Amino acid sequence: MSEPSYQREVRGYLTGFGLALVLTLVPFALVLRGGLSPLATLIVLGACGLAQFVVQLRFFLHIDLRRQKREDLQLILFSALLLVIMAGGTIWIIGNLGMRM
Amino acid sequence: MKMPVLHPGLNLGPHHGEAHKRAEKLAFGFWVFLMSDLIIFGLMFATYVTMANPMGLAGGPGPKEAYDLTSIFIQTMILLTSSLTFGMASLAMRFERGKAAISVWLSVTLLLGIGFLSLEVRDLAHMIDIGAVPSRSGFLSAFWGLVPLHGAHVAIGCLWIMIMLIQMRVFGLVPLVKTRILRLGLFWHFLDLIWIGIFTIVYLGALAS
Repeated sequence: MSEPSYQREVRGYLTGFGLALVLTLVPFALVLRGGLSPLATLIVLGACGLAQFVVQLRFFLHIDLRRQKREDLQLILFSALLLVIMAGGTIWIIGNLGMRM
Repeated sequence: MKMPVLHPGLNLGPHHGEAHKRAEKLAFGFWVFLMSDLIIFGLMFATYVTMANPMGLAGGPGPKEAYDLTSIFIQTMILLTSSLTFGMASLAMRFERGKAAISVWLSVTLLLGIGFLSLEVRDLAHMIDIGAVPSRSGFLSAFWGLVPLHGAHVAIGCLWIMIMLIQMRVFGLVPLVKTRILRLGLFWHFLDLIWIGIFTIVYLGALAS
């Protein structure tokens, strides 16, 4: 990769901003307009949210998995693993309990 | 020429000398903090999701009565724009475009942050008015644990921006000030990441289901 120029970096941020904008407008429009079934709406919401998460990580926080040093990548992936276990486990167990009450 | 990337996030670049080298350890340490913060937020989200049902609502005010989606939309736009303006401040620093450029972009970010907070405080005050207080139900406890926690982070971020504006004026762009602005940038972008979860799960998700 060559030394990045100021203009190119600014374009990167603007691209990220544009993508994030679209991924924000779609879910808001969907909920305000209605139309889709609740389940379909939730799926689209989740997909847009995840996509925007990745967009902001990539363009604003410059997380580019190819270029990371190992320990940084391990830190982020391990935190994500802990979060999935704890948050996923909470929702699973308490949700299950809720259904049985 | 190959650009060595020392840490996740925007790198200052070798032309910054000492500040660039020091940033490696400092930014990594800050990422450790951010990831622990991410886990706190993640568990608050999990609690909210388990409470967003009739049992959790306990007959109290629900999403439809308590949330003002127009205000949330404006807050989302403000915070997203502030992430972009902070990015511009970081780039002005990285490409050495002068203290004035950095100060202007940081000040714009600060104003957007304060705008975001005033809207949020107004919404929370409205919730208190209609009786949607934390002690009303498990759902509202989870809400008040999560959204104001993010708001408190933004308030700290605003305070941090003010401090950096002063430090930049007093000390100039010394390595310490540069690496602090670098970490503040990570913090600010991180808050916008958390906000994606808040508007998607807390507001839109609860209103859609």
